[in-house]
Amino acid sequence: MMRTYAGHSTAEASNELYRRNIAKGQTGLSVAFDLPTQTGYDPDDELARGEVGKVGVPVVHRGDMAALMDGIPLGEMNTSMTINATAAWLLALYIVAAEDQGVAQERLQGTTQNDIIKEFLARGTYAFPPAPSMRLIADMIAYTVEHVPKWNPINICSYHLQEAGATPVQEIAYAMSNAIAVLDATRERLESTQSTPPGTAPRAGQPSDRAQELMAEVFGRISFFVNAGVRFVEEHAKLRAMGIIWEELGRERYGVSDERRLRFRYGVQVNSLGLTEAQPENNVQRIVLEALAVTLGRDARARAIQLPAWNEALGLPRPWDQQWSLRIQQVLAYETDILEYPDIFEGSKVMEGLVDELLEGARAEMAVVAEHGGAVQAVPYMKAALVDSHRARIQRIESGEQVVVGQNRFTETEVSPLTDNADGGILVVDPAVEAEQIAAVRKWRAERDQQAVDLALAELARIAADEQGTENLMVPTIAAARAGATTGEWARALREVFGSYRAPTGVGEASAAPGDHELSQLREEVAGLAEKLGRRPKILVGKPGLDGHSNGAEQIAVRARDAGMDVVYEGIRLTPAQIAASALQEGVHVIGLSILSGSHRELIPAVIGALHDAEVDVPVVVGGIIPEQDVAQLKQAGVAAVYTPKDFDISRIMHDIVGIVGAECNGHGPSANGSA
Amino acid sequence: MSDGIPTGSGESPISAEKEDRQHRGSVGAALGKRLRERDLSAAPAALNLLESSAADDREQAALLLREVSPAALGGEAKGHIVGVTGPPGAGKSTLLSALLHAWRDPVDGERKSVAMLAVDPSSKRSGGSLLGDRARIDFDPSDRGVLIRSTAAGERLGGLAAATRAAAQTLAAAFDVVVIETVGVGQAETEISDVADTVVVVVQPGSGDVLQFLKSGIMETPDVLVVTKADLGQIAMATRRDLSAALRSLGTKATRVLGVSSLPPPEGIDELLLALEEQRASTDIPARRLRARRSGALLDFVAEYGKRGLRALGGRHAAERLLEQQDSTLDAQALVGVLEATVSEA
Repeated sequence: MMRTYAGHSTAEASNELYRRNIAKGQTGLSVAFDLPTQTGYDPDDELARGEVGKVGVPVVHRGDMAALMDGIPLGEMNTSMTINATAAWLLALYIVAAEDQGVAQERLQGTTQNDIIKEFLARGTYAFPPAPSMRLIADMIAYTVEHVPKWNPINICSYHLQEAGATPVQEIAYAMSNAIAVLDATRERLESTQSTPPGTAPRAGQPSDRAQELMAEVFGRISFFVNAGVRFVEEHAKLRAMGIIWEELGRERYGVSDERRLRFRYGVQVNSLGLTEAQPENNVQRIVLEALAVTLGRDARARAIQLPAWNEALGLPRPWDQQWSLRIQQVLAYETDILEYPDIFEGSKVMEGLVDELLEGARAEMAVVAEHGGAVQAVPYMKAALVDSHRARIQRIESGEQVVVGQNRFTETEVSPLTDNADGGILVVDPAVEAEQIAAVRKWRAERDQQAVDLALAELARIAADEQGTENLMVPTIAAARAGATTGEWARALREVFGSYRAPTGVGEASAAPGDHELSQLREEVAGLAEKLGRRPKILVGKPGLDGHSNGAEQIAVRARDAGMDVVYEGIRLTPAQIAASALQEGVHVIGLSILSGSHRELIPAVIGALHDAEVDVPVVVGGIIPEQDVAQLKQAGVAAVYTPKDFDISRIMHDIVGIVGAECNGHGPSANGSA
Repeated sequence: MSDGIPTGSGESPISAEKEDRQHRGSVGAALGKRLRERDLSAAPAALNLLESSAADDREQAALLLREVSPAALGGEAKGHIVGVTGPPGAGKSTLLSALLHAWRDPVDGERKSVAMLAVDPSSKRSGGSLLGDRARIDFDPSDRGVLIRSTAAGERLGGLAAATRAAAQTLAAAFDVVVIETVGVGQAETEISDVADTVVVVVQPGSGDVLQFLKSGIMETPDVLVVTKADLGQIAMATRRDLSAALRSLGTKATRVLGVSSLPPPEGIDELLLALEEQRASTDIPARRLRARRSGALLDFVAEYGKRGLRALGGRHAAERLLEQQDSTLDAQALVGVLEATVSEA
């Protein structure tokens, strides 16, 4: 199946894009939602500011879902939704949209990502604490296996783990441990609901045959979403290893015997972490090679492939960029002979050895996770391990031990005709979208049957509050969708019952960097600055808005600590007011903000405004995916320095920050509102 | 540049530093006076001064401390200094979030201003530190009655930085409650009892190590022991029972053992607040603070001058006697000055 990741600004605009792609031969839909939808906030929520329609489409209620799917026959379509914390809600809206088209839920086909553990570990768009999140997932799986049987309710993602720095061994081990946590929770759910058919006495501890049968069905429905890096031989071995462990789990832990259900099914999005902003055209060949990792050997071939756009590190890809990615897949499938042979690695000693090595490592790591009490309990452990691996990777690139062409070697370049054109080579979202969406949701709320919504939400809260979890949460969720509740209202009702949550950051546990020359020089600079300031330089690192991609911010925080600074790490999802209050109370000397969602144009000026209101007069530096043409605007707004993916050398960023604070402290530097 | 001198509202901590370097006005004394008048917005800049090791900042810090000393206040600072410690993962941050809400939005009774000093362990290798705790405490950023400040633990293992002790004493002049949060068990509550009026140790159900520490005497008995995650039911109950039994068998003092659940709906928070109040009422605060100032002064002196300095005073015992003879209203900084003067006379 061929897809490109798409969807932005509004339901109507996305619908148009989908129809265009379907006309071009795309056979399935892949829906990306904006961050407020992913985290359960309406467009008019304070936290949604700057994020509405940014990295995907806002879907606030059944009306939006109907518009998104307008004219697309849902009975035939295979729809993949990149949605996690609010997956149950979006599936409910999809079911209601199908009802509107006269399509029964039994006929729906598609996938909801619905993998919450990787949200805690890597992606940050969670909404509820771990335990109730797992309950939502188990409920959704139990519901779909009976009522939406062609739906893949969950897609275990190791993709984001690699983006967060996972080694192949970690990627296998954490994905499989995650799957175990989900399957165990589902088994418990199925056994509790299926062991007592109406009118019969409960058989305690005895799974019914029906429960066992459904469990096998669930196992067969679980698919994975993996990553493939440019080291494509090892990556291919990784996928073979995952297939072996998966089959073992099925047979031994879940009693599955049907070969078809034991098959390791996965989709893939190839690596974005390795894509560079410097000489971005090189990303095309990286993407091609990564695609080979998941297609070369038939025994471990991907079922669906998504390729990122070559210019992803620069901003939101345009339709033409996405078309290029689709064409790569088409060339592979239709022009090459890759699909004509049986498994080409069969009998290869080298491949076998590589697979065995990965298996051994992954099993050992899975045992460590099990010792922590399973994947849910081991989130802090896994998070810290990922932050550590990522740090090691960055250091290898900085030292030149790991070559990245065009970035740390072969950096000389001719002027690129691809990025050197008028629109800056990327697509930006019209800022008016947010205001329109806010008006639209208010209109929706005013015009619906409020009493029906209130009743539906009260019922949802009642069922959520039952700690035994005897009733499936999907039922009141679908009812609320039908009644016209909004995404934010659904999530708020559950937050009120489940409580809010902040995932571990992993940075506190990250081990200290091995001291190299560069670092010891940096430490001297920091010590000198401390002498001048009278206390250790203190930096506030945080992420405003809803963007949960915290890998970059975490690495900056760890390196600042290693360099000898006091680091106040605030994590994700901060309002401008929170950042200003922290800066004031903590007495920091500099503030580092990271934004990857493209909402820097709105959020950075908002943070600077809040700092001004709090009379905090310290330099602000910004890192993230910031298009060149926005840099001047940010500096105008008072940002001292802007760092983008091409500034891969964190030591140099630190050096720069020390200089900025030093100049500030001498008093002859630019004022905090000047530019660097 | 914005003016760093009292504006009455939140001011830039950094500009206060700059101001300080530019004209040698008595920034420290001004900040101290504002705190004495319970102007909470003076706190961030005051903390910047107290943390600084620059010579002129030290002078200003001494002036600041003098303004909030018992002598200037006409008695001990009114704020209740509560030390909260416990092993990592015991649920301290969640508990503190719940306490914060109870102090700020009490069901009945008075709304209390709260300062929290979150002490994180420093990275030994580089001297840098990662201070992540404030992110885990849930509060309204626009609430001027709450201040959260993260500080590194400083050089000594498991110890409180001298600045933290000074900060707690200073903030107690302006805030109703001053919380010092540290991580650890065994050593931590001993350190914290040198500065706090009331020491709370937080443990999670099933923590056998705490039980062992208590029994073996490694751990000094706290004023209040809180067992978190009461929602775990049986295990939490059993842990409370075991801890109570161990404390009874030690027979040292009446430590309260409480169970709380910080998850919504929180349980046991009101009981904990009541226990803290009762504990405070039954403690001789002036005596405890005086002891804290004296032991703090000695710690600071030793940190600065080492064993040799101690010998010049005629040994630890002689130093302690000397401190006991001093006026009870002197702040720790002034007491260090007395010790220094004695050494230079000798």
